[in-house]
Amino acid sequence: MAAGGGTFSALLRRCRRCAVLLPLQTSPTAGWMPSLGRFICSSNPLQKKSMAATFHVNYTEEFIKQQIEEFNIGKRHLANMMGEDPETISQGDIDRSIRYLFPSGLFEKKARPIMKHPLEVFPKQRAVQWGEDGRPFNFLFYTGKQSYYSLMHDTYDQFLNIQIYEDKLREKGLFSLDTKPVNLVGSRWLTKEELAEMLVEQISDYDYMHFLQLLERMLTLPYCSIKEEYVLKFRRKMEDQSKKQKVEPLQLDENGIAFCKGEGRRKTAKASVTIRDQGNGKITVNGMDYLLYFPSLQEREQLMFPFQFLNRLGMHDMDCTVQAGGVSAQAGAIRLATSRALLSFVTEREVEPMRQAGLLTPDPRVRERKKPGQEGARRKFTWKKR
Amino acid sequence: MENQGGASVGPTTAVVEEIIRKCKKDLQLVVTQNIKVLPGLGFVTRSILASNLQLKGRLYGLAAGIRPVVQEPPTPEKDRVLSDSLKHPDFFHVSELFTLKDLFDARVHHGHKRGCRHRLMEPYLFGCRLEQDIIDLDQSVLHLQKALNFTAHCAYRKGIILFISRARQFSHLIETTAQESGEYAHTRYWQGGLLTNAHVQYGTGVRLPDLIVFINTLNNVFEQHVVVRDAAKMNIPTVGIVDSNCNPSLITYPIPGNDDTPSAVKLYCKLFKMTILRAKDKIRQMDLLYGHQKELPEPST
Repeated sequence: MAAGGGTFSALLRRCRRCAVLLPLQTSPTAGWMPSLGRFICSSNPLQKKSMAATFHVNYTEEFIKQQIEEFNIGKRHLANMMGEDPETISQGDIDRSIRYLFPSGLFEKKARPIMKHPLEVFPKQRAVQWGEDGRPFNFLFYTGKQSYYSLMHDTYDQFLNIQIYEDKLREKGLFSLDTKPVNLVGSRWLTKEELAEMLVEQISDYDYMHFLQLLERMLTLPYCSIKEEYVLKFRRKMEDQSKKQKVEPLQLDENGIAFCKGEGRRKTAKASVTIRDQGNGKITVNGMDYLLYFPSLQEREQLMFPFQFLNRLGMHDMDCTVQAGGVSAQAGAIRLATSRALLSFVTEREVEPMRQAGLLTPDPRVRERKKPGQEGARRKFTWKKR
Repeated sequence: MENQGGASVGPTTAVVEEIIRKCKKDLQLVVTQNIKVLPGLGFVTRSILASNLQLKGRLYGLAAGIRPVVQEPPTPEKDRVLSDSLKHPDFFHVSELFTLKDLFDARVHHGHKRGCRHRLMEPYLFGCRLEQDIIDLDQSVLHLQKALNFTAHCAYRKGIILFISRARQFSHLIETTAQESGEYAHTRYWQGGLLTNAHVQYGTGVRLPDLIVFINTLNNVFEQHVVVRDAAKMNIPTVGIVDSNCNPSLITYPIPGNDDTPSAVKLYCKLFKMTILRAKDKIRQMDLLYGHQKELPEPST
């Protein structure tokens, strides 16, 4: 009877349109109660919840906190058991101890016993978006993409504020077109992935495009500088590519002449180069003079290019060794090695033009393999109609 | 032996509905009809229908003019707060918020051209001047009063109100209105299953809106907005501004009026915001009133 009463009150709670309350002694059957007349129990269609969705467990914050406490206490117990120091036990020690205490022969590594921090074990879930009474927190919740649309709303707010400011200036007669623009040099718009990370939501390409278009429109207004910090929130600094170059320090040999080594590769050819200061433009390749080693002008131009670019044509002596590869490949390898070596002789300001000229970029092109069923890497056999 | 169940809930409701359909002009009837639809009002319906069931035999006059002597059982304070609001035809005094002249000044009477006219909007039109339809503001005033009254009742019962519009000109204004009145808005591209597939879109246990307000019934390609049909499917009452090219049939409380002019839309937003805020203030007032009254008997007992 108690169980019957329990289910009956549960039934009543679900069926909001039940007409009259019955005394609890009657045994309920869903819908038909013969003694006191017909009472139709109808529930709101909105109340029906799909059964399939009930297995998605919601981990509440208190649950996670409790798990973290239990984990910390358990860690200390484990340390005591294994003879480790409870203060400085690491995850690796924990893993080893668990493997010792609970040896498992299971093949699937994920099925073996683990003891990890709860934040790594329980998947991160987006917090429930509505309160106890069911009302969502964000006023744009019903759009489906609340963070993105509230961002668009706020950005448009800023846009309108700039226009209102301009109108006020026009009223006073202080409006002028020569205003300080927002400084965008050295920064780029944040990428779609960065925006998605910021909003904790998935963004489509169109959404991203519309957002950037709105920001660009805002920047076209003459008085956009009043909202500069809002716009700069969505810009990221571009790193100086030239700063990534590793510059070897200059070394001094026994005669006091500065020299530097460099290495370079092109196709299969490998070159290693030593450049000496206070020279007169002598270049030796594999023990031979460069005029004899490279009879063709094209290869010799490749050797000269770094010096010509830096206006140091007659100032250095060069000694290189090169193996493998063909003629052009060896020349290209020596050129790259030379540029890298010259970095130590050159000031920081000249590194960026060198990088932009392509002197410091290794050429990634290598020979493509021949594929079966084709005559070459790309060339197909002659197509015969019949 | 009293045959309490003789007038069973099923046929009685049907009789009530029929009477209501005939006498649609009485505001209280319309409110009573739509109470059944709102999920939050279950216990009020129960108390009203229960009180009606206690009358012997047939259900008397919910028709205009005849009010039954309803012996209400002593209700707790919470029920008093809600049932009091149903005793007056205009509990929130929404008719004081605007006049016909305000509507005229905001150009609410401007309709579209004769060629765009929808067949079902003809009863609401005053006439046609130089090929432009003029909407009858006398009818608009009545419809607007009913709609605002209903909105106020929804807000009073802490229902979720969702503003829908697809006019890009007024998107920001409507979102701001919704935000300031503490309700919700959707003025963006409508994804298919937001109402009909809510558990998948939002997650389990989501609460759907209890009222949907349309500032523009049509979408960007001049077709009826999907939400009109979806709300009817999901039993959600709708209030909507219907222009002379719109279909008013699926909307619970149509308001014939202009939906394209900025002045008209600003007026509507202002009116809706004022009603909702008024209704929410009223909740606080009534709570204070009945909370105060509840304190008084305690020292004596």
